[in-house]
Amino acid sequence: MTPAAKKATRTAKRPVTPKPGVKAPRTLNEFMALALAMETEAAQRYADFADAMEMHNNLEVAALFRKMAVIEGKHATQIMAEMGWKEPPALPSGKPTWEGFEAPETTPGDEVHYLMQPWHALQLALQNEQRAERFFGRLARAATVDAVRRAARELQAEEREHVELVKAWIKKVPPPDSDWANDPDPPSYTD
Amino acid sequence: MNAPAPPAALTAASYKSAYKPIWCPGCGDYSVLSSVTKALAKVQVPPHDVVVVSGIGCSSRIPAYTSCYGFHGVHGRALAAGTGLKVARPELTVLVAGGDGDGYSIGGNHFLHACRRNVDLTYIVMDNHVYGMTKGQASPTTEPDWDNKLSPGGTGVRSFHPLVIALASGANFVARAFAGDPNGTAEIIAQAIRHPGFSFVEVLSPCITFRPEQREWKQRAHPAPVAPTDDPARAARRIMTDDGFNIGVLYAGDRPPYPTLPGKAKCTPADLEAEFAL
Repeated sequence: MTPAAKKATRTAKRPVTPKPGVKAPRTLNEFMALALAMETEAAQRYADFADAMEMHNNLEVAALFRKMAVIEGKHATQIMAEMGWKEPPALPSGKPTWEGFEAPETTPGDEVHYLMQPWHALQLALQNEQRAERFFGRLARAATVDAVRRAARELQAEEREHVELVKAWIKKVPPPDSDWANDPDPPSYTD
Repeated sequence: MNAPAPPAALTAASYKSAYKPIWCPGCGDYSVLSSVTKALAKVQVPPHDVVVVSGIGCSSRIPAYTSCYGFHGVHGRALAAGTGLKVARPELTVLVAGGDGDGYSIGGNHFLHACRRNVDLTYIVMDNHVYGMTKGQASPTTEPDWDNKLSPGGTGVRSFHPLVIALASGANFVARAFAGDPNGTAEIIAQAIRHPGFSFVEVLSPCITFRPEQREWKQRAHPAPVAPTDDPARAARRIMTDDGFNIGVLYAGDRPPYPTLPGKAKCTPADLEAEFAL
């Protein structure tokens, strides 16, 4: 496996910085706006990955990312319906309180590889769901308003379900061979 | 009679074209594209009033991926084309985009003088410290000790410092952004568009194919701990002494932009033809 491939497959850690203290939203509306932004951004990133994989003819992974985009999009639609929103509301002012630069359910853009396999895509999805579960857990602990705490607990439970679903999905998918990233004509070939 | 419905607000999707990027999966430029479209949605300029001008290189493919007008120019000359366009059509929002090789090497001289002229446009450089499209040669911002097949042991040449050069040359807005922070980058680009004069946004945009070690940038990038200053001396000191991963607006000056001539704002193709008539 090439060093680049090793990097692509290593367990993704969220960036160390920035690390703001957890500050729970003050109202249910603010909290749900944050949850909606998380789902929307996750859906958009999966859709972008699907496009990229299609362009590189990795159609199996593209289809999987497309499916994940649809799933996250449905979660977003569900939040809109539950809240009775016609348009996504503005996010509370200031930086959101997630740990890294991006929302916890969004796969960092550099963690994909053009030869990745469905197993890798599911590993990324699993990490996203686990981060989201931890995030809502932290918000529930930090919440000072009952409605926000309850909603955070509910979404934490939902994310926990998603973690289990993805784990079950992974069991059905063959893990990649050790040389999955070997490319006889790699893009970085310079001779 | 019912009043006509107000026009729907423009969203990031309003600025995306139907063409899908062909960048390597994992490339930072995907995030920059997303940031550009989000920034344009923040400023709510209609796509037909925006022009994205680029040079040559991986990142310079960006105009095709937007629904704005685009000009994919020649290597290093994006700023020259963008400057001419903005002076001729000042009512347009002009974004010039490209990479570090295009902007700091082939187009290095244009960069200096675009900063100096202070025409009201926004220059976004997707800096990955390498020539990616031509297979990984060292670029002006490559570290001197970057060892690879094409420059064994490294070039030994001091890296170009684009932010200091921009500031010293007169850019009116200087910022550093990080592709791994697309929402933060969108906010910086929106500020750059709104700021009068020449706005320079250097985006650290990892090349995962030729510089896979740049994945570590997300561990190193951090928000600038200080607010932007309008004092160039203070900004220079900050930029010269920071770790190269300070993210944010580092300088926002108040120098008046290059003036455009009233009455000369619009020029039709027929006017141009008349100028060249024998």
